Amino acid sequence: MRVNILLFAHYRELAGTDAVALELPDGATAADAVARLRAAGATLARIPAAPALAVNEAYASLETALADGDEVALLPPVAGG
Amino acid sequence: MSVHTWLTDTPLEVADVLARVGTHEDGAVALFLGTVRRSNAGRDVVGMRYDAYLPMAERVLAAIAAEALERMGEGSVAAAHRVGEVPLGGASVAIAVASPHRAEAFDACRYVIEEIKVRLPVWKLERYTDGTEAWLGGAPPPAPEPAETAS
Repeated sequence: MRVNILLFAHYRELAGTDAVALELPDGATAADAVARLRAAGATLARIPAAPALAVNEAYASLETALADGDEVALLPPVAGG
Repeated sequence: MSVHTWLTDTPLEVADVLARVGTHEDGAVALFLGTVRRSNAGRDVVGMRYDAYLPMAERVLAAIAAEALERMGEGSVAAAHRVGEVPLGGASVAIAVASPHRAEAFDACRYVIEEIKVRLPVWKLERYTDGTEAWLGGAPPPAPEPAETAS
């Protein structure tokens, strides 16, 4: 399956892009997506192994099972207000 | 009973949120503005850039305001948050809450800003007088609600 990873703020700077498409095996979780992304480069490895994240615009856990077409956003500590 | 929330890349004015709350049943309007201050952690700030995960931030801000209204039981809530560049002294967030009584208005207004601080997927890049800039560390986003992990 194919999922789209969205990156924001500090994580976007580490990645050098705001979105990355990943091909993952069926049954993959959000944690698998993060691990795959972190393995793709030295600066990407500086993204935390267990970041806060959202799947399809809702806060989700690393254990969340992904489906084809899911949008997985990696969220640095929020700083609104 | 009404809720109005939005994110915008244009300057926020008090009138923007005030105009969206209040009826003749209300005896109180609480207003909160968050503004960019000069000094943060000992460094001189010239401005901020706010970035958002826009579709999710719109949903979360609407949910926060709806929760505030639910706490009051009656009244109205308006909340707006900036994205993009906000200069020193500029407003980054504006919240207005109208209620028949002041205690509920203050409580709901406080609820909205406190929840924004921990839940709204927005980040700020702080710019300093020496030309450097840094993403501010903020609150770790909350653990997901069990209902939200089921999908």
